[in-house]
Amino acid sequence: MEFPEELRYTRDHEWIAVDGDVATVGITDHAQHELGDVVFVELPAVGEKLERAESLGVVESTKAVSDVFAPISGEVAEVNDGLPGSPELINEDPYGDGWMVKIKLAGPLDSAGLMTAAEYRAYLEESPGS
Amino acid sequence: MDFTPHTETDVAEMLTAMGLSRTAELFGHIPADLRLSRPLAIPPGLSEPDLRARLAALASRDRAETLSFVGAGAYAHFVPAAVDALASRSEFATAYTPYQPEVSQGTLQAIFEFQTISSILLGVEVANASMYDGASAAAEAVLMALRLGAREERRTVLVARSLHPGVRQTIATYASDLEGVEIREIPFGPDGRVDLARAGGGERPACVVVGYPNFFGVVEDLRAAAAFAREAGALLVSVTLEPLALGWLTPPGALGADIAVAEGQGLGLPMAWGGPGVGLFGTRERFLRAMPGRLVGETVDLEGRRAFCLTLSTREQHIRREKATSNICTNHSLCALAFTVCVSLLGPRGLHDLARLNARKLRYAVARLRESGLAEVFSGPTFNEAVLRGPGAPATWERLLRRGIVAGLPLGRWYPELADAILVCATDVHRRTDVDRLASEWSAAKAEAA
Amino acid sequence: MTDERLIFESSAPGRRGASLPADDVPADVGLPAIEPELLRPGTGDLPELSELDVVRHFTRLSQWNFSIATNFYPLGSCTMKYNPIVNEWSARLPGFAGIHPMWPAPLVQGALALCADLEAMLAEVSGMDAVTLTPAAGAQGEFVGIKMIRAHHVRAGHPRRKVLIPASAHGTNPATSALCGYDVVEIPVGSDGLVHLGDVTPHLDDEVAAIMITNPNTLGLFEREIGAIAAAVHEVGGLVYIDGANMNALCGVSRPGDVGADVLHINLHKTFSTPHGGGGPGAGPVCVKSVLEPYLPVPRVVRVEGALALDEDRPLSIGRVRTFQGNFGMLVRAYTYMAGLGGDGIARMSERAVLNANYLRARLGGTLSIAQDQPCLHECVFTDQSLAGTGVKTLDVAKRLLDFGFHAPTIYFPLVVPGALMIEPTETESRETLDAFVAAMETIVAEAKADPDRLSGAPHSARVRRLDETRAARKPVLRWRPVGATPGTGGGDEA
Repeated sequence: MEFPEELRYTRDHEWIAVDGDVATVGITDHAQHELGDVVFVELPAVGEKLERAESLGVVESTKAVSDVFAPISGEVAEVNDGLPGSPELINEDPYGDGWMVKIKLAGPLDSAGLMTAAEYRAYLEESPGS
Repeated sequence: MDFTPHTETDVAEMLTAMGLSRTAELFGHIPADLRLSRPLAIPPGLSEPDLRARLAALASRDRAETLSFVGAGAYAHFVPAAVDALASRSEFATAYTPYQPEVSQGTLQAIFEFQTISSILLGVEVANASMYDGASAAAEAVLMALRLGAREERRTVLVARSLHPGVRQTIATYASDLEGVEIREIPFGPDGRVDLARAGGGERPACVVVGYPNFFGVVEDLRAAAAFAREAGALLVSVTLEPLALGWLTPPGALGADIAVAEGQGLGLPMAWGGPGVGLFGTRERFLRAMPGRLVGETVDLEGRRAFCLTLSTREQHIRREKATSNICTNHSLCALAFTVCVSLLGPRGLHDLARLNARKLRYAVARLRESGLAEVFSGPTFNEAVLRGPGAPATWERLLRRGIVAGLPLGRWYPELADAILVCATDVHRRTDVDRLASEWSAAKAEAA
Repeated sequence: MTDERLIFESSAPGRRGASLPADDVPADVGLPAIEPELLRPGTGDLPELSELDVVRHFTRLSQWNFSIATNFYPLGSCTMKYNPIVNEWSARLPGFAGIHPMWPAPLVQGALALCADLEAMLAEVSGMDAVTLTPAAGAQGEFVGIKMIRAHHVRAGHPRRKVLIPASAHGTNPATSALCGYDVVEIPVGSDGLVHLGDVTPHLDDEVAAIMITNPNTLGLFEREIGAIAAAVHEVGGLVYIDGANMNALCGVSRPGDVGADVLHINLHKTFSTPHGGGGPGAGPVCVKSVLEPYLPVPRVVRVEGALALDEDRPLSIGRVRTFQGNFGMLVRAYTYMAGLGGDGIARMSERAVLNANYLRARLGGTLSIAQDQPCLHECVFTDQSLAGTGVKTLDVAKRLLDFGFHAPTIYFPLVVPGALMIEPTETESRETLDAFVAAMETIVAEAKADPDRLSGAPHSARVRRLDETRAARKPVLRWRPVGATPGTGGGDEA
């Protein structure tokens, strides 16, 4: 399973990439693998304000459904319009075409609770089945 | 009767295989104070002939042969004999919910066909695998509209007073513990239709709920209701309790209903004192994810053959638990099957002709009862029911009841303003002579009282 | 086996399948004056077939189903017992099938008497004081039960906030609580599969509206601390909802009313043999202690001056939950079953159900890993541990069983058991059937080790192979459309 070094990760299995004051968010390779074939994605509206740890959307497979949580606070700047029509992108390319939302940060990045790739790998190893 | 197959030898050997000697030991782990220490106080079992005699005696105390002109949400129509013969096949009746699609294609394909027929009759893009009945489907439609309106904080439900009282009460029960939700009634006008001009204003409604036809048998003009709902930013929910009407009327979805529900009993199911029936539920494709209830979808198997399976089940309680769209687990599959078989046999022409015949039967009944001194209360167009009033109507109704005729349903219980009115239903099961008898007995009973 | 087209694909314009009643209305009687826009313009896309076409179509479809009438159906927690044919006979008696729900009471004394008797029998079996037969299904019964609990607390001044539900519960329990405006607090299940008082007490305060607990639970185990748990919940003013989905294990053995229940629902389509119908109709009567009786939904069957009637005038009632009084057709079937079995037969039913489940548990114990090493009641649950290292999953075992002519058990439930296989044989299966099932399971577990591909490709002998459920969900096709119609436009039928 792949966990790119340049990304940061959450305990709820989201990834985040920060570029200036905009953060791109998706779910990790581990998360898509656990869910299985993703069949539906629900995304927030552009302009919606999100608090950290608030649900920003839902990812569904045939057998399970999972909330996706905002790793940081901010305003939704853009959503991946390709996902509703092609939810399989999350399985095929979780860190690329399968990104979910871009969030304009409300302030300076608060990196509390965000893990490096190595830390996330270690986290996965200690919590089997999570 | 006893349907257990165990011989004494079986029981003994099975116990031995488990290292036990008496069946009572199977329950030994239940704490003694939590066990029942006496036999059940229920009379001993019966042989099949005794059981059947007892049931037949009970059934004979019901006056099924009564000449009845009551509709009001449950309808007697001609049902081809093939409907029950097919729908009661034990391969359908004794199957479980089709969770293993490989060995449930019969049920699954039949439900897919039901969804299609529902969609066509309701005039909607998608319909589910069925609900319990018309009223609970209407209540689920209201909950769905409240979910969809939640973002805009729409918490008012506008319900036409001309909607069936049982449906209105059910909606009230389902919505009663939801925070901030208010139900308001829209009065009816002299034509018996919902009087949208008196709907009030101010609040931001989540939905407007209208009968089609309504409780008075009047065909609502859904176009006006849809325009009203659109203007208010609300969804229009249509409720049809007489499915045969949909063979004759423009489908509610085509007139602007956002959620269309119906009771299917009238097509293929016995009245059976009110159940089981089957709820039809349809909506626009864009609301699919908010729709309650099961869905069957088309797909392919490993070898590319067309096949059907339950789908989009992540909306349901067994996966979403407290976040589900509804707590509903079952549909009314077997009733949906009977409905599907019935519509397949009637076909579009049969459905249309039978519906048209019903509309004419009612007009004939109204004409005959007019001669007996009853007047139609509402001016709006009717299907197979109408509200009639006349001096002393409830008393005359009582007298007819003693002569073995139920001359419709007195409305005073739900509508004080219609205390002298009865709701009369005439369908294809009434011969002309039945209607003539109703009219002449009514005249006679009235004359006796005078 | 031939492919069976959709009924719409067999349609031929102009073909008729029914012979309609004659039109004997005088020709001068017209139609009502109705706006032309409100009349259906065309015939739509409904199918046009002969009666024989329809008979063959649905007869063929029926042959593609597993059913109790054709196969052993050991679905855990579903109680797929034999559905006696005599029940079907009763339900079709004209005195039951042909009566209108709004007729005056004097015309339906038989139906009312049947309901009153059935209520009394269910009250005796459950140890409760009053019963409503109205709910259409177990889930609606739960809804009614929780609504009544809420009404009780509201009347006492405060609806309270929480419903406690064990992790092993069926999904309807939390869904129902949420529907009634309650927060769900999940109670962990002990390593022995049981709920323990010690895990409940930390949550007990005056915000607890109720605990909702299934007994026997979904592991097939009797909740041994249920009496103490009920007492503790009562202590803080909460009520006890027992989910009676698994009553088939307990009739004549232990009564929910005697162990502390204030309310419970019973699934007639499980314990009392009404057919499942491929997913309904069922019926979910709710039994209550007298504390909740005023809140029962309307209408109620009552006795007035020696005759029975329906009473709607009940000011504290939670109200009406459906158009009419109940799934009466299913009530007739359950009544027929209970009256036929009698008190002795009902007790024997539970005894044999538990005998069969424990026999399977003992016989399969060497082949599969038992989830809980203790006596079970109506069902036994196994884990996927014996499949470890084979690459074979519980799902594969379930699918392979279909090839042996057995319906799959319930799988992956309860959620607290890894790779669960939940088996409920019911009392109506013979020892020979159980032995054949054990032999099939032994073969399958041996195959899992020797030939895992055989399992992952199963079923091999069903009408279709495994389905592409992902495709069904990603691009939902939920109805047939005529050739050439554009999806989303509804086949030209909508505005």
